Amino acid sequence: MFAFIVNRILQAIPVMLTVALISFAMFAYVGDPVAIMLGQDFTEAQRAALVRDLGLDQPFWVQFAEFVANAVQGQFGLSYRLSRPVAELIAERAPATLELAFCAATLALLIGVPMGVYTGLYRNSWLSRFFLTFSLIGVSLPTFLIGILLILCFAVWLGWLPSFGRGDTVQLGWWSTGFLTWSGIKALILPSITLGLFQLTLIMRLVRAEMLEVLRTDYIKFARARGLPNRAVHFGHALKNTLVPVITIVGLQLGAIIAFAIVTETVFQWPGMGLLFIQSVGVADIPVMSAYLMLIALVFVTINLIVDLLYYAVDPRLRIGRGKGGH
Amino acid sequence: MAAAVKRFLDSDLWWSFRRSPVTVASAIVAAICIIGAVLAPLIAPHNPFDLASLNLIDAFKPPIWTEEGAPEYLLGTDDQGRDVLSAIMYGARVSLLVGLSATIFATLLGVTLGLIAGYVGGAVDSLLMRICDIQLTLPSILVALLVDGVVRAAVPREVHDQIALFVVIFAIGISEWPKFARTVRGSTLVERNKEYVQAARVIGVPKVRIMASHVLPNVIGPVLVVATLNLGLAILSEATLSFLGVGVPPTQPSLGTLIRIGNDFLFSGEWWITIFPGIALIAMVLSVNLLGDWLRDALNPKLR
Amino acid sequence: MSNTAPLLQVRNLRVEFPTRRGTLVALDDVSFDISPGEVLGVVGESGAGKSMTGAAIIGLLEPPGRIAKGEILFDGKRIDNLRYEQMRRIRGKDIGAIFQDPLTTLNPLYTVGRQLVETMTTHLPIGPGEARKRAIGWLEMVGIPAAAQRIDSYPHEFSGGMRQRVVIALALCAEPRLIVADEPTTALDVSIQAQVIALLKTLAREKGTAMMLVTHDMGVIAETADRVAVMYAGRVAEIGPVREVVKHANHPYSVGLMASIPPLDRRVERLAQIDGAMPRLSAIPQGCAYNPRCPQVFDKCRVLRPDLINAGTTRAACWLFDTELADG
Repeated sequence: MFAFIVNRILQAIPVMLTVALISFAMFAYVGDPVAIMLGQDFTEAQRAALVRDLGLDQPFWVQFAEFVANAVQGQFGLSYRLSRPVAELIAERAPATLELAFCAATLALLIGVPMGVYTGLYRNSWLSRFFLTFSLIGVSLPTFLIGILLILCFAVWLGWLPSFGRGDTVQLGWWSTGFLTWSGIKALILPSITLGLFQLTLIMRLVRAEMLEVLRTDYIKFARARGLPNRAVHFGHALKNTLVPVITIVGLQLGAIIAFAIVTETVFQWPGMGLLFIQSVGVADIPVMSAYLMLIALVFVTINLIVDLLYYAVDPRLRIGRGKGGH
Repeated sequence: MAAAVKRFLDSDLWWSFRRSPVTVASAIVAAICIIGAVLAPLIAPHNPFDLASLNLIDAFKPPIWTEEGAPEYLLGTDDQGRDVLSAIMYGARVSLLVGLSATIFATLLGVTLGLIAGYVGGAVDSLLMRICDIQLTLPSILVALLVDGVVRAAVPREVHDQIALFVVIFAIGISEWPKFARTVRGSTLVERNKEYVQAARVIGVPKVRIMASHVLPNVIGPVLVVATLNLGLAILSEATLSFLGVGVPPTQPSLGTLIRIGNDFLFSGEWWITIFPGIALIAMVLSVNLLGDWLRDALNPKLR
Repeated sequence: MSNTAPLLQVRNLRVEFPTRRGTLVALDDVSFDISPGEVLGVVGESGAGKSMTGAAIIGLLEPPGRIAKGEILFDGKRIDNLRYEQMRRIRGKDIGAIFQDPLTTLNPLYTVGRQLVETMTTHLPIGPGEARKRAIGWLEMVGIPAAAQRIDSYPHEFSGGMRQRVVIALALCAEPRLIVADEPTTALDVSIQAQVIALLKTLAREKGTAMMLVTHDMGVIAETADRVAVMYAGRVAEIGPVREVVKHANHPYSVGLMASIPPLDRRVERLAQIDGAMPRLSAIPQGCAYNPRCPQVFDKCRVLRPDLINAGTTRAACWLFDTELADG
């Protein structure tokens, strides 16, 4: 088990290094950071001093090593736009994005999985057809349009829910949470639905496809031939076997939620990392962009690790060498 | 010619098309969208870019069926008195242009690299597939945003405005080529071990010729399906980028730009400025997606 | 045959598959009985409808397949028209099933113990503790060494032959009176086939369980079955006591089939083979389905379809045995 985790972490390192290289290349070669940091008027001496201070006169690999060393400690330099440390900016914005992503993911899973199971089991019922049509519309609707439509209905016309911002938040150490106030919870509803809807339809379609696949297998037929009740066949045997592929895709999708949050956060002016990123892209604020890229990569790598651990828990075939004297 | 038409009318493809009312309906909707977009300069009731014809008195007119609607503006007007319907038609033009160009770009790139990966194999193959893997884990919209941001930082602002359209096409195309490369590589691996390819190799046909004239025709079917399904995605990506304000230049507004502009007036009650372009976008993407779904099922009867 | 009332009666069973290009008749007019404790072998080429017959009996025909005509009686009561839930209570409890490939019939994610326990607690009035005790007993009975430890192993930790033993334990553990065994040894190594068949035979005899043994291995049939039914193109071509069918087959198809088995007791230069192939379900010829391949075909075979007719010691669906023929 321990060796398994170590192995997976070792595999993740080259991926992270590749992403770091891309981030660094952006950082080093795109635009002229020195000119941006010095502003309009500067002397050659000032310029040379800054180049030396920033280590830009060093060879590429030395600079890259330094970049990685700094990145490991969470140092990504100053934002060109806001002149504040990038790490600080991201830490400030992270809780908003993470809370939003958590709610969206929970929504997508709690509704998507049962809908997928239902449409897989009763694929000709009218409710299944309705769900499938709904999911097709779901994948064809752009996220921002869903947000706009929700705002129009529930904020503009009905006036039930706020259309932008996080509402009142409570500070818990460095973490600001919207879960503890009524207005914070209300503010979460529309953005969570907007962000979760696409993932929900995706998860539903995936679970359905896997269910159909598993229901055709011999061991399901055999479970029926043994006279097990439908409930045991469907949920005990079929659903559990769909979990392995579902976990993979769902894991990746949950990672994607954090990236997709860019759009949702723009629509709802949600003060998270995505909004920070999009504002940075608009003015080519490279330090923020490269830090965000690394962060997203880290999220994906972490999720992959968790996915692998879940596999391990679900599928006994992967637990090699732990069995009781198997062949 | 007549024989070709007749053969098409007898084919399974046409049969399965006629059999599905949803597919026929989406083909009609898609055709309306495409005709409206392509012929916009000829059939649009107004020219939204002709500043002389704009009249601020006509600004914020609601759709024709509401009480204050003006008869000459079917879907109302925006803040500058532009006819929303005409703006949609011109916007759909840009959306369609970018979506198609990006898909063609992604197809060409992906097919070429996929053929090379599958045919050459070895280190080239594993490198290309590694890149695919990494890129496929990242959402394409994020890749497109990064590409756009990097180009923005690399070139001066004036230049960027001029090439913005190409940047968007490039950014979306580059974010979507791996799907094509994967598909083509898979089929190439199967094809290249078939006897006719082996035979061509033995008699000394050059590699490029073999790939182009023997392998390529056999992988076109799946590519066509991926391309159709991808067109909807590309249109959505463009709309999303434009909505985020980093897509097409404001001088050539796409449907995404129109929605972005209209979004500002949502709270003051002028919903039509944003909702109608939104409906147009949904109609376009949904019909293309449905056609893609149908094409996939029709060309691959083994799938349900 | 036995004097007791039959345990299973299949009467004029017809199974149809509606498809886009018309209805396919997968089984037509299939009739046979199985008495308590009797082993009926069912043989025939692939696609002859052997497995389909088994699936129809346990009520698990693949949709859109359906029973269009005829009836199936178990212990004198009709079971072909039961609701899913009623039939479920019979499956496993009264009629057990064994499938072809032991590598795919066990759920890979659950221990064999759990699968045994859930089967027993579903059908028998016992708790999980008692079920576990019996599960160990069953594993011992089917010849799994160190059953008390192996009960907590997952299917992938067993070899193919061992897995089929587990499947047999699963089929028998609720003590059904009939087992439908669908090619239980086909997927196994030749060296293990005999062991598994011997086990199945012994257990069926001990428990007094009747069995429908579907196979295309005539050796297995000759060793195990009491009676044998030969199927061809969705119909029963011949049915009779196993000795008679093997040694003195009457239907020309059975004759051909038996001639294609290498005899153990003497050397032969060449094995006989039947020319041609079994027709597809969509293209079954008029008259006797075997007529295009039959060496003894005559006019009537091409027009009228024969029913099972008494042919000495067996019953064969062949006009050769039509007594009216001699008169006409």
